Amino acid sequence: MVKLKVKDVEFSYASVPILKNVCIELAESEMLSVVGPNGAGKSTLLRCIDRILSPQKGCILLDERDIKKMSRVELAKKVGYIPQSTTSIFSATVFDVVLIGRRPHISWRSSEEDTEKVLEILQMLNIEEFAMRDINELSGGQQQKVFIACALSQEPDVLLLDEPTSNLDIRHQLEVMDIIKNIVIEKGIAAIMAIHDLNLAARYADRIIMMNSGKIFAAGNPASVLTPENIKHVYGVESEVMNKRGRLHIVPIRPVGKPLKHTA
Amino acid sequence: MTSSSEAITEIRTKRAEIKAQYKKFVGRKIIFILSSLVLIFIIAGVAATLGSFPISVIEVYSIIWHGIPEIFHNAGFIMSHGIKEFYQTYFTTEEIVIWGLRLPRIIMGILAGIGLAIAGTTMQGVVRNPLASPYTLGIASAASFGATLAIILGAGFITGKYIIIVNAFVFALLSSFIIYGLSRYKSATPETMILAGIALMYLFSAMTGILQYFGEAEAVKEVVFWMFGSLGRASWDKLSLMSIIIALCIPLIMLKSWDLNALGVGDERAKSLGVNVEQTRIVCFILASLVTAGIICFTGTIGFIGLVSPHMCRMVIGGDNRYLIPASGLFGAALLLGADTIARTIVAPVILPVGLITSFMGVPLFLYLIMRKRKEYW
Repeated sequence: MVKLKVKDVEFSYASVPILKNVCIELAESEMLSVVGPNGAGKSTLLRCIDRILSPQKGCILLDERDIKKMSRVELAKKVGYIPQSTTSIFSATVFDVVLIGRRPHISWRSSEEDTEKVLEILQMLNIEEFAMRDINELSGGQQQKVFIACALSQEPDVLLLDEPTSNLDIRHQLEVMDIIKNIVIEKGIAAIMAIHDLNLAARYADRIIMMNSGKIFAAGNPASVLTPENIKHVYGVESEVMNKRGRLHIVPIRPVGKPLKHTA
Repeated sequence: MTSSSEAITEIRTKRAEIKAQYKKFVGRKIIFILSSLVLIFIIAGVAATLGSFPISVIEVYSIIWHGIPEIFHNAGFIMSHGIKEFYQTYFTTEEIVIWGLRLPRIIMGILAGIGLAIAGTTMQGVVRNPLASPYTLGIASAASFGATLAIILGAGFITGKYIIIVNAFVFALLSSFIIYGLSRYKSATPETMILAGIALMYLFSAMTGILQYFGEAEAVKEVVFWMFGSLGRASWDKLSLMSIIIALCIPLIMLKSWDLNALGVGDERAKSLGVNVEQTRIVCFILASLVTAGIICFTGTIGFIGLVSPHMCRMVIGGDNRYLIPASGLFGAALLLGADTIARTIVAPVILPVGLITSFMGVPLFLYLIMRKRKEYW
């Protein structure tokens, strides 16, 4: 079933176009990766889907309802967004940060049910042992898990992640991606993730969208999108794509051609 | 079979453990709030005994306790004849000293402490910056300019004995509306608000400076005294105005505590949580400005409470605004009352302006806490 539909979306910052004619369909329990060079419009797309930015043209439908017609709180109950760089945050325990995610569901007092939800999510992400620690004392990888937990406690149907693995070591990269994949499968949540690491994208995504200067250049399963030709065209990088035991491995070799211009 | 049921029990005990720890953490916050409340009562009792007329602490409490029904009983008389006549008809000398002289000052200290500390906490949350206070955003210098205008030139929005108060109040609000206007025009980000606030602070200070430069020596002296901040101008009618503003604004700020918490994790994240970020920021900013203006127009600029109290409380009970706002308000009241008690006694019979004592007391205490604290608390 189609969960989210992005139709002909166009967005520009002060007449500089960032997104042009973007169309996406996303089903329940689907994990979609958005790849593309810096400035391709990946983050802007995520922000439009969570209505942090409003596209000038086109519409975004969630369960066939236009998100423009929903209230902020209503949208918050359906879409959880984890921005790339979370601002250094005030002193708070991990428990309290995850509890903030319950905001769309509570008015002033948090109930026993909210506490239980937070505990459940902490356990699901295996960060219970940090529950009462201050978030600023944790490592980057642990913090990222806390932010994912915070977004999950919103109980969204769609999860938007902007570079969830940047700044993480390889172990935490895999742990975080495994967590997201599990949530998608177990909870039936649909996830869209902007990501630079093509190998991680290939390994975890059901489908990949490759963007270039605000347009969708290619879309489909990882093997059909991540080809040497596409990578050369979009990134200007010569690469080798290997298929080992059913898993794609992308090895960049060298930049080719002229330096890229991102705004057409 | 056994291993899976063991795992489930383990999960259950783990959860119960975290829950217990969290409850304890919440309990600690509530205890802190209650202790601040008790502290206020103790300091207030002691403060009421100080002065040239000797009255013991027990007597103070009993006079206050018995005075309340007396006043309520004769509310009609007070309305028709005025409070002075009521004192002379119904009260003994001790009662007049407490009710007429010392209590207004004490209550003004409590109200000003609560208001300034909560305004500070709110501003820090709104601009997500630990250095923000009602004063860094230009409100105090605008109020000072309003007062100076009234004192030196006698120019103001009204005439008569309330001219200084009204001027200070209007100018304080004026500066925050300018910041509001600018941030509406450029979107209400913390940076816009802080920079606009600092610019206004310089502008109003310069304008105050010009007036002082050309002013008469006597008037300039009065301006300086006003700017020190003092609780000496307390009276019941001023207190009633002050408490109306506080009673209206502070519950509204407290209703916004969740949204302020959400602002703490970043604007985009807050928006994603369903918070109207710009509106929250502006509403809280205006409410905090109103509280500040409503206090400093009566007291003059009492510095530091709005900065020090939220930080001290944050160090003890953490940053959750649902608890931080009431805690820092009550703790701020205790701090200000304590400072005023010292101001009245340290070089008695001379009474120092409380604004000086808050800085003298607050700065070393604050520096000590910053140095002692190992981890980041902001």
